[in-house]
Formats: sequence, C-alpha cells, structure tokens
Amino acid sequence: MFEPTADDYERWQRHDVRTRLLRFATVLITVPIVVYSWRILGINYDYLSTAGWAVGDLLGRMYPPNHGYTGEIVGPMIETINIAILGTGLSALLSIPIAYLAASNTTPNRITYVIGRLVITVTRTVSTIIWAIMFVILFGPGAFAGVIAVAIRSIGFIGKLLSEAIEEIDPGQVRALEAAGANDRQQLIYGVAPQVKPLFVGITTHRWDINIRSSTVLGLVGAGGIGLELTARMDVYQWQSVSVILLAILVTVLLSELISAKARSAVS
Amino acid sequence: MLVAVFWSAWSIRLSPARFVEGLSSTGQFLASMWPPDFGARERELIREGVTETLAMAVVATIIGVSVSVPVAFMAAKNLAPWPVYYLARGLITVSRAFHSLIIGIIFVVAVGFGPFAGALTLSFATVGFYGKILAEDLENIDMNQLRPIEAAGGNRLQVILYGVVPQALPRMIGLAIYRWDINVRSSTIIGIVGAGGIGFTLLNAFDRYQYDFAAAILIVIVAIVLAGEVASAMIRRRVR
Repeated sequence: MFEPTADDYERWQRHDVRTRLLRFATVLITVPIVVYSWRILGINYDYLSTAGWAVGDLLGRMYPPNHGYTGEIVGPMIETINIAILGTGLSALLSIPIAYLAASNTTPNRITYVIGRLVITVTRTVSTIIWAIMFVILFGPGAFAGVIAVAIRSIGFIGKLLSEAIEEIDPGQVRALEAAGANDRQQLIYGVAPQVKPLFVGITTHRWDINIRSSTVLGLVGAGGIGLELTARMDVYQWQSVSVILLAILVTVLLSELISAKARSAVS
Repeated sequence: MLVAVFWSAWSIRLSPARFVEGLSSTGQFLASMWPPDFGARERELIREGVTETLAMAVVATIIGVSVSVPVAFMAAKNLAPWPVYYLARGLITVSRAFHSLIIGIIFVVAVGFGPFAGALTLSFATVGFYGKILAEDLENIDMNQLRPIEAAGGNRLQVILYGVVPQALPRMIGLAIYRWDINVRSSTIIGIVGAGGIGFTLLNAFDRYQYDFAAAILIVIVAIVLAGEVASAMIRRRVR
C-alpha cells in the first residue's frame, strides 16, 4: 500500500518566492545600514549609563516650578504668538501668487511654472530655524527676523498645498465663465478663488498652529520670542524657571492646536 | 482676526524702514555667499556632517518606532484600559507639543554633546508623531476579526499578534518610512543646540562669517531633504 511521505505534499508557504526574496533582500540591506549608523554615532557608554541619573537629576532641579517667575514670561510668550500670527499672515499673502504660478492649470507658461515650483521647494526644504539664522544676519536680532523667517518657510507649505488644491478644482465652472466672456482675471476671481477658499483658510490655520511651535525656538538663534528667555534661564542654571517656561509652552501649543482644530472644522 | 494681526504688528514694531535697511544688505549677503565654497576641507566637513545626520535619522527611526508601537497600542481606546490610555496619550501630547530643539537641549544636558543626544531627541519626537497616527489607525481596525481568536481561546497577546497586527502592518511600515524622512529633515537642524549633524557645521559657518561655506551646506541640506522625500515616497508606494 502507498504511504505518502512529507515530500509528496507541497509545503504550504504564506508568501510566494518573489515576496520572500524581496523581504530577505530588504533585511540584508537594512541591517548593515542600521549597524553602521549606530557605530557612527560614537556613543560614549559611560555617559549612557549615567543618562538616567542625569535626566532624573535635571527633573529634580526643575521641581517645584518657580511660580513667581510666571509674570515675567507673559511678554515673551505673547511675542511668540505674535510672531506666528504675523508670519503666517504675511506668508498667506505671499503664497497666493506663488501657488497661482505653481499650479499647472493656472500658470501662464512653462517658465513661470518652474519658478513657482522652485520657490516652493526651496522655502519648504530649509527649516524655519535656518531661515531665522539668515534673517538675523540681515535684519539684526529680534522678533522681526523671526516673523520673516516664519513667513518664508510657510510659503513652501501653504503654496504647495494651495497649488495642489487649485489643480484639483472643477474646470467646468471656470469654462462656464470663459464662455460667458469673462477675461483671465475674472475667471480667477470668480471661478478659481471661490473653489479653493475654504481649503486655503484651513491650510493657513493649520500652518499657524505649526508656526506657534516653531516660534518657541526662534529665540535660540536670536530671532525673538520665548526661546530667548529659555536659553537665558538655562545658561544660568535656573531650572525652576525653565520648567515654568516649558509648562507655558505646553499650554500655549495645546491651546493653539485646539483653536486650529475648531477653526478648521468650522470652515470645512 | 484683523485686530490680532495689527496689534501683533504694532507690538513687534514692524517698520518699513527696517525692512528696507535689511533688503539693502541682502545683496551684499547673497554676494558673499557666491560662489558656494566646496573646497577640499569643506567637502570633508560636509561629508562628516551629512553621514552623522543620516545616521541619526536611521537610529532615531529604529528606536523611535520600537518605542512608539507599544505606546500606540496603549493609546488606542479600543485596546487599552483607561488609565493606560490616558498615560500613553499624555506622553504623545508632551512629545508633540515641544519643538525638537527644546527636547534636544534637555538630551544634550543628559547625555552630553554629540549625535547620540540628537538620535535620542528624534526618537522622542518620533513617539509623538508615530504613536498618535498609529493609535488612530488601531482605533479604526475591524474588531470583528478579533472575536474568533478570542473565541478559540487566544490570550491578549495572541489576539494582538494575530488579530490586530496583520490589519495594521502595511500602515506601520509606511508610517515608519515617512517618519524616517521627517527625521532626516529634523536632524539637519538639531546640531544648532549641539546635538550633532550638519546643523552644527552650518551654525559654525555662519558664526565665523564663512557665508560661502554656509551656502554650500545649505545646498547640500536642500539636496538630502529632497532625496529623502523622493526615496520615502517611492518606497511607500511599493509597500502599499
């Protein structure tokens, strides 16, 4: 009588050969990269062993927060919020023409399209803090440099999302205006703008919320806001004041996130 | 809203005069940046900075994601008991609220200057991002797929491993790659507070008025951020 052995059955595998090979290759490539990266970091294991203690010690020094100091940071905190508001507002104004150039359906010609895209890419890939370093050199230290830095960085963000919104509009509405004899400018104002307006408001509010967060660190490079106070307190080891600042930042950021979420759900 | 804007403008003392003054020095500034200095010594410094930056991003993504996955499970309302849920949500909120530079300062104090502080900083920042998004995905999974495993006598760990993980896995991988891309971006600036990478080189160049070298570094930063973005988008399309 015939007795089937294990070889007579095809072994069941969850994935086909191609998938398995691909996964194997992925692991083969990833693991050396990770190991190599880890070695580049040149970790000093003596420091690592005391890291827990150091963080604990730091938190111990921060507690209890120095309540008396709270009054002094109201000014810098308001300045931080103002930088975010102004920077975002300025950026919203600048983003509109850029987005118009960078949307393939509204841009006048090939060259303007490339210019629009280039502005968006460059402003977007350089972070706010690097822009701030440069504007501090140009305009001198202070909140002014911070506002410009926030504004320039945000062009990339708002402009990119806005140009994508413009590309996705319903062309029928614009064509109807064209058929009724509207010129290019009228087509933009009455055909394109109303369709992207809610999105534009939403994007700008969202960016404002992100900008509050980035404005908290502008002071590290001298561009105004609460960051300046933070580094000043750290330099003189007033950790109990530092914890007050950190708490204030936490509250402000959470509030702005709440406001931005409320505003965005209201417009959409 | 208009009132807010005008009041902000007044309190910061925005003035056209200052703006014009700044603009006039812009030409000079740009001229001193040109041509970008890619000399032999400069290339070496940039190479070091970039390797450190990329290494930080890789290590931070690995550590960050391994910490974030359990945190995300703890922060999913449908999977975690409420005290655990609030604990994990609190951690995510704190990690998201602080800019990575602020967290960076703390870690530099804790483990000393250098890229390791940067890797820890970015790992911590990863928890807030990855944990939050993954937790939201976990809350939206199909709970019916969990019932049969429970009915067959699977314990909690088995339910998670065979019921939840398969539903969330593609998303977990895609999100990890996306976060790596963001980590590359953040690791280019983290050096400003002494946490290693190309940001430190850049700040140094500005401090020493080597604007042509700074220009070279900026070009490299834009290039790696863009390359990271393109790579991440390509890989994510494949995973999906």
